[in-house]
Amino acid sequence: MSDASADNIVNEAEFGDYFALLKPRVMTLVVFTAFVGLLAAPVSVHPFVGFTAILFIALGGGASGALNMWYDADIDAIMRRTQKRPIPAGKVTADEAKALGIALSGLSVLMLGLASNWFAAGFLAFTIFFYVVIYTMWLKRWTPQNIVIGGAAGAFPPMIGWAAATGGVSIESVLMFALIFLWTPPHFWALALFMRNDYDNAKVPMLTVTHGRRSTRAHIFWYTVVLAVFAIAAGFTSLGGPVYLVVAGVLNIQFLIGAYRIWRRDEVGSEVDNFAEERKFFKLSLAYLFLHFGAILVEAGLDRFGVWA
Amino acid sequence: MTIGRQHELHKRRFSRNMGLGLVLAAFVVLVFGLTVVKVTGGNVSQAISGTTGQ
Repeated sequence: MSDASADNIVNEAEFGDYFALLKPRVMTLVVFTAFVGLLAAPVSVHPFVGFTAILFIALGGGASGALNMWYDADIDAIMRRTQKRPIPAGKVTADEAKALGIALSGLSVLMLGLASNWFAAGFLAFTIFFYVVIYTMWLKRWTPQNIVIGGAAGAFPPMIGWAAATGGVSIESVLMFALIFLWTPPHFWALALFMRNDYDNAKVPMLTVTHGRRSTRAHIFWYTVVLAVFAIAAGFTSLGGPVYLVVAGVLNIQFLIGAYRIWRRDEVGSEVDNFAEERKFFKLSLAYLFLHFGAILVEAGLDRFGVWA
Repeated sequence: MTIGRQHELHKRRFSRNMGLGLVLAAFVVLVFGLTVVKVTGGNVSQAISGTTGQ
């Protein structure tokens, strides 16, 4: 820095600002679902290898988050939810985020390949490509189905965890993918119903804007119906068992009731109670995903300790 | 704005340097651990005692 102005110096980044580029909250979901995918697999992995695999799957997810922040810096500066991210806040430059994202992408793929296998590493590379190029650069600003496409990127980690253990893909890992993939749209569309202006201002084509709020409510309900079918189906594979089926049964009934109520409501009724039903559904969706994967983890643990054997 | 010897800027730079240092140290430990596990086939104690387990 040759002309260090006072403003530049005041805004200089700390370590935490670079860490924030990796979207730590999204990384926790990646760590958790990849961990479940790895443990649910029928092949046991050395704990250190498993730990390394999860770490670099998470780092790959973080790297794609940094590349997403680099590319989306313009809309992040407009949306209230994202204005405090390191680039719009002036802490880190977009070029630094790009360099960090590219470097960590390469490192995470290489290390995952060395720790587990090259199929899993290739899968991680594809996931980063999918999230950054297909979703962020291409479809996010172009189609109202952006949430559906973006959901696919978020749904790959349990499949990568499974692949790190087994070296392949199976019906179980595809069902774990389906669980997150189909859960993402109702989760985000419920958010879009009560966080109204953010996406409009940034000109991101959310379903609420392009197809209207009535259509979004119907979409939430029908996606939830399909999600419930896949969530219950997973219970009849090696992922499931009595614990999973009870958890999935209760949660899917609650989720369907919530989605049905959102579908039947009109805007006037929603505004009267400040979108209470939509907010409740959004909160339930967080528990929904966590508890489904938690139940898969419990089943894997019970299986390993021979409880159902 | 005057920049003294103990400006907040130095704290930020220290946080960056310390963070990067710790990350690099952790990476070295990780690669070493992974190498040990891979070379010994996960059976570290047997490899240290020199028996093959056959």
